[in-house]
Amino acid sequence: MSAPKTLYDKIWDAHVVSQDEDGTCLLYIDRHLVHEVTSPQAFEGLRMAGRSVRAPDKTIAVPDHNVPTTTDRASGVIENEESRIQVDALDKNARDFGVHYYPVSDVRQGIVHIVGPEQGWTLPGMTVVCGDSHTATHGAFGALAHGIGTSEVEHVLATQTLIQSKSKNMKVEITGKLRPGVTAKDITLSVIGATGTAGGTGHVIEYCGEAIRALSMEGRMTVCNMAIEGGARAGLIAPDETTFEYVKGRAHAPKGAQWEAALTWWKTLFSDEDAHFDKVVTIRGEDIAPVVTWGTSPEDVLPISGVVPAPEDFKGGKVEAAKRSLDYMGLKPGTKLEDIAIDVVFIGSCTNGRIEDLRAAADVVKGRKLADGVRAMVVPGSGLVRAQAEEEGLDQIFLDAGFEWRMAGCSMCLAMNPDQLAPGERCASTSNRNFEGRQGRNGRTHLMSPAMAAAAAVTGKLTDVRKLMELEEV
Amino acid sequence: MEKFEKLTGVAAPMPLVNIDTDMIIPKNFLKTIKRSGLGVHAFAEMRYDDNGNENPDFVLNKPQYRDAQVLVAGDNFGCGSSREHAPWALADFGIKVVISTSFADIFFNNCFKNGMLPIVLPQEQVDLLMKDAEKGSNARMTVDLENQQITTSEGDVISFDVDAFKKHCLLEGLDDIGLTLAKATAIDSFETQLAQSRPWV
Repeated sequence: MSAPKTLYDKIWDAHVVSQDEDGTCLLYIDRHLVHEVTSPQAFEGLRMAGRSVRAPDKTIAVPDHNVPTTTDRASGVIENEESRIQVDALDKNARDFGVHYYPVSDVRQGIVHIVGPEQGWTLPGMTVVCGDSHTATHGAFGALAHGIGTSEVEHVLATQTLIQSKSKNMKVEITGKLRPGVTAKDITLSVIGATGTAGGTGHVIEYCGEAIRALSMEGRMTVCNMAIEGGARAGLIAPDETTFEYVKGRAHAPKGAQWEAALTWWKTLFSDEDAHFDKVVTIRGEDIAPVVTWGTSPEDVLPISGVVPAPEDFKGGKVEAAKRSLDYMGLKPGTKLEDIAIDVVFIGSCTNGRIEDLRAAADVVKGRKLADGVRAMVVPGSGLVRAQAEEEGLDQIFLDAGFEWRMAGCSMCLAMNPDQLAPGERCASTSNRNFEGRQGRNGRTHLMSPAMAAAAAVTGKLTDVRKLMELEEV
Repeated sequence: MEKFEKLTGVAAPMPLVNIDTDMIIPKNFLKTIKRSGLGVHAFAEMRYDDNGNENPDFVLNKPQYRDAQVLVAGDNFGCGSSREHAPWALADFGIKVVISTSFADIFFNNCFKNGMLPIVLPQEQVDLLMKDAEKGSNARMTVDLENQQITTSEGDVISFDVDAFKKHCLLEGLDDIGLTLAKATAIDSFETQLAQSRPWV
């Protein structure tokens, strides 16, 4: 009998094309997702070498980072010249090389990590890569999915393979049940808070445990999305009935006899009992509270009931980093997190731009108004998420409260399009990174769940969403 | 790809931990469709003020570090976005070696694709090199990939590990795609077998 394997081991083994003596492998890539920012140099490289795309049928392109999210974008004009050139370059490259393409004008356009699963391109047991670190999202399906650089994008385009050394196995178990008001975003932020942004370096994380099993696919995608913020190469969740139910019937999911064959294989995709993990982290689901970040690293996580820490609360290089973060964020140690006033609210991104996220935010916003002086926008992760939300009337809830209801794209998660923070503005954001300048030069980001961001929008400060929920119950 | 064999040059100290790729190259410079010319924008938000003037306190703006070829950096260097613009910007600035206690995976891999050498060392050794870097332009460090050794300005020698395949590619300046295409037969047969075993892929 063969040695017990982890889920990662199984997917890896199923994709090894060849292995060198030193262990370096050539790994076959099942799906290659492409966006406009990290691909132009790769396509140019192919042209210069006279190479073609080896598997255009397995290559899916969609513009997302640069696209405007205003409703007038249907005119097809992107005002920023550099952004327009980049999106035009993707249009041309997709056409010239014959890959699947969802242009800005297509209702299926959206953030690449939302479009892939939505269209059934992402399936259990696959290898999925993209020139984007948040490719980790697709791990929610039990697919080995990770970001690559542009040189590797060119390599995958040309060869449909990647030169890889195997990572170590790490298990993150979330036991028990989440308390009310606690979401997938709180899980993933809490894990990073516990392990640090380098805690997963060199590892592939498998998330497991009762609290993970109880999550929808949307929630699982949120968890895996931020595996990269924990330093991991990828995050994985073993596929189960929730996964199969989500995948079934999607445009590019297998049908008929192929569906049955796929299902048979997918059901073998779990970590064997006694499989070896190099690192194990266990967190009780009941111990997780709604959290926010206070600093400029995703590991700067605290329960909303906490206070801004002092640099001397930390050790080593983190002392200086915390000083710098507090200065950048304009925060004083000892300030209650709930006393921090915000200017902007951003609900969207590949972390939290799916239908369930918009529902959670709308639940809090319903019947309430934006606090005075707060600017808030909801940016659905795809045109189809937007359409679904409109069908459910969520758009009207947001509009009635004073939110902007936008078109799909990456938007203010990284502010490559006009959706940016002004210097000094403070944002309650459902995105994934609170780095300096991430949402606009000298902008200040607090990461949190959609429900928490919605709560901040209506109160004007960081707020424990459970208090608003309690009010509803009274 | 440009070869990397050995260099002797100035090392700049950047002890800050978690230097992310947004810091190394902010997003407004990702709109380029070229690989070249990003050096002037490296660390832009730390390096220039709101009016585009140089911030004299930033290490790479100091006269002694303007020609730095080595960065000695705090833990978890290159975390965040996968943007290869980060190593492109560093290399275009002139930095060919980054030394830290740890690197984010994607940045680490991206370096090797661009003739750059990221070196992981234990804390004590990074501390020693940080001190050496703090001496400024009189202190030149030598990084020798063939022998996997760093020699400080004081003559201290520190050995480092490097993946054998990555070392080989750097020393020879090899193009990965060319190497992989030489294995086209293996890829062909994998695809043939895949069409049988997992036809839905």
